[in-house]
Amino acid sequence: MFTALQLSQLQQLWWAIISVVGALFIFLTFVQGGQTLLVTEAQNNMERRAIANSLGRKWELTFTTLVLFGGALFAAFPLFYATSFGGAYWLWIAILFTFILQAVSYEFRGKPGNLLGTRTYDRFLFINGSVGLFLIGVAIGTFFTGADFSLNEFNAVTWQHPLRGLEAILDLFNVTLGLFLVFLARMLGAMYLVNNIDFIHPDLLGLNDRLRRSAFKSLLLALPFLLYVLASWAVMTGYAVEQAHGRIVLEEGKYLHNLLAMPANLVLLGFGFVLVLLAVIITRRTQSSRGIWLGGFGSILMALAIFFTAGFNNTAFYPSRFDLQSSLTIANASSSRYTLTVMSYVALAVPIVLAYIAYFWHRMDAKKISAEEIIRGESAREMY
Amino acid sequence: MLEHLDLTMVNWARAQFALTAMYHWLFVPLTLGLSLLLAFFETLYFKTGNAAWKRITKFWMALFAINFAIGVATGIILEFEFGTNWSNYSWMVGDIFGAPLAIEGIFAFFLEATFFSVMFFGWDRLSKGMHLFSTWMVALGSNLSAVWILVANGWMQHPVGMAFNPDRARFEMQDFWAVAGSPVAISKFTHATSSSFQLAAFFVIGVSSWFLLKGRHMEMAKKSIIVAAVLGLLSSGFVAFTGDEAAHTTARVQPMKLAAMENLYTGRAGAGLVALGVPNPEKRPGDNRDAFLFKVEIPFLLSFLANRDPRSFVPGINDLVYGNPDRQLLATGKKIEKGQIAIASLKEYKKARANNDRTRSAAALSNFENYKNFLGYGYLKNPEEAVPPVVLVFYAFRIMVALGTLFPLIFAAFLFFSYKDTIARQKWLLALGIFSIFLAFVASEAGWVVAEVGRQPWAIQDLLPVSVARSNLTAATVQTTFFLFLTLFTVLLIAEVRIMLNQIKQGPEAE
Repeated sequence: MFTALQLSQLQQLWWAIISVVGALFIFLTFVQGGQTLLVTEAQNNMERRAIANSLGRKWELTFTTLVLFGGALFAAFPLFYATSFGGAYWLWIAILFTFILQAVSYEFRGKPGNLLGTRTYDRFLFINGSVGLFLIGVAIGTFFTGADFSLNEFNAVTWQHPLRGLEAILDLFNVTLGLFLVFLARMLGAMYLVNNIDFIHPDLLGLNDRLRRSAFKSLLLALPFLLYVLASWAVMTGYAVEQAHGRIVLEEGKYLHNLLAMPANLVLLGFGFVLVLLAVIITRRTQSSRGIWLGGFGSILMALAIFFTAGFNNTAFYPSRFDLQSSLTIANASSSRYTLTVMSYVALAVPIVLAYIAYFWHRMDAKKISAEEIIRGESAREMY
Repeated sequence: MLEHLDLTMVNWARAQFALTAMYHWLFVPLTLGLSLLLAFFETLYFKTGNAAWKRITKFWMALFAINFAIGVATGIILEFEFGTNWSNYSWMVGDIFGAPLAIEGIFAFFLEATFFSVMFFGWDRLSKGMHLFSTWMVALGSNLSAVWILVANGWMQHPVGMAFNPDRARFEMQDFWAVAGSPVAISKFTHATSSSFQLAAFFVIGVSSWFLLKGRHMEMAKKSIIVAAVLGLLSSGFVAFTGDEAAHTTARVQPMKLAAMENLYTGRAGAGLVALGVPNPEKRPGDNRDAFLFKVEIPFLLSFLANRDPRSFVPGINDLVYGNPDRQLLATGKKIEKGQIAIASLKEYKKARANNDRTRSAAALSNFENYKNFLGYGYLKNPEEAVPPVVLVFYAFRIMVALGTLFPLIFAAFLFFSYKDTIARQKWLLALGIFSIFLAFVASEAGWVVAEVGRQPWAIQDLLPVSVARSNLTAATVQTTFFLFLTLFTVLLIAEVRIMLNQIKQGPEAE
């Protein structure tokens, strides 16, 4: 099936697969958003426990999707893996650090003898949900704004900025994209929690309304950042690949051209945005708890548009500002045709994985998390 | 390739990898074995309907969760550390090495991530059968992840199924099944998982022994001991068998590692195995000192284990470093010379290609093809650099084997006294059971020291030394992250142990 594909087709296919994994990750960052809500919106211990237990059943999916995003980039575009991780060292180390903190926090937060105390683990979750996700947004921003590196004739990377990746925070576009993701995650987190928690308990009654209002507030806060990102795309200079010789050239309005050249992309972006908007308004205006599905789907579409714009239509997806010709494209950064073919067969398992995740997600969430379950349920002792 | 080699940076990067890997390996073997034991316990509950088995399952499950969380935390660093600290490695072999890592994510990690919460919180949401299925899926997911990461590691020990692409200056995969089905990978996987089952069995036995000594939860402790000891004893057979196979494979594909494991400097036919010995710390390759200050040797055993022939020749460190024409062993110095020719012709080829000089590029390429198998050696400074830290590998190997020999005896003793139903009275054995948890960790970590320190100086055996595999970072940068991780992991480890001890003291749920 895949053996008939040319290398260039496989490269396109794999950028699409990476984009799908990345987009699913963006949807699943409702966990990160929820972690910030745990600190800013919860007002009593039961509210905190309800949020922690609701997110605690999903965080590993988000975490694993991030790991797979890394693993898939390693397998399909190893030169990106080598260049960015080895080059933008401190940016990635900072991101990873927040995910280490996250991984222990659910399990440790409520357990006796946990050394640092519940509040510290909740702060860890907040750091992961805010700083961690912000930095991921900054890193994705560099797909458009570029980074300062050069590659030698053996493709070994030399980073040209002393901050080793953290300099990306100095770029307004990257910062804006990061902040947009943080507030998008807070919207999704609020809508997920509204859907997942049974608020019928004196200590939880107020949380429902607070979360709904918080989703709306996050939408208002996210909008200016989104507008800035879109406006920047319309005017910013991008890194194009000259088809004739594969040379990288600067092209004014490159990302606007990409959107216009790939109208489907424009549709993904617009439709996705409308869905997120609708989801939040429905959550705020009605008592419906289905906003997370609408908003989740919308966020996936928007994220797809971001990744597609970065890599398709002869665009360098990891541009070097220092040395244009060192820029990474899906053509020069990819694995061999053989490896991409093998991995394409492996990727056929992804729908099966998604299917069993969806099935058990449905089975587990058919019954909402209640105060009753947390205090007296069959698994009360394991609760977070 | 990298003109300004900074060995201090390489050593800090190695230290950091060792640190994160060894921390990670404190939690992984327990996850591998305990997930399987949970599945056994719950199967017994499913079959008998006896609520005692459910309480047992849930008790060990709670400990499993605490351990699992910190295993995940230390694991994510390892995956990304290949990129951050070993970026040349990631580029040069990413075409092969990335695949098992991605496959691990798709096939194994999602099983664990999905079914972990189902297993913990699905008791009243799913049928008994569905719940049991979930517990088995966690065990399957954990052990599948071990398959793929050990395929990756096996490939580093014995690279197969690939070829060097001079145009891209990297290794590319040619045969996925050769990589996935490599005998080294299979022997790594079977040895690492079966020894992890032993470790988890000791964990269950040790905690249960403590309960018996305290006279608490006797019923649960006795039942747990029987299941764990059976798994432990069965695994011990596997560990011995796969360990023997691993030594045999090592003799074939990594003779230098085997020589270091045995502190064997001068190769010989009919070589004996040093059962007990103190290596001479002053001994260097090529000098006339004795390799041992003291040793007790079992005659012919090393030759037999290595080549299945007691009279066969086992090369020593000096044979491999300085060559042995009688045995057709090429000196490392000669390999370095050939490797340098390979590097020079590759550079020449790249230059000629850039200038569109076809004649010169064809000549350089053909020259490169002749010497490419020695490419990695071209980066070594001197022949002695090809020797790993011998004394460390020698002792680690002995500790692993000695403990591995002791373990089945302990499992058998626990089974014997359980069968006689006098286990609660065997105070000495119960005390040993508790101490065995520590011994199992020592043996497990020692095994990795043999495997990884014994592979030095290579990241990929014979092809890519660690000094070239590294990222272009300063030593201070890597030093900083080393101490960051050391501090963070140590704090988290202390928290984990304290939570565990608290949970153990609480014991299982009341009946």
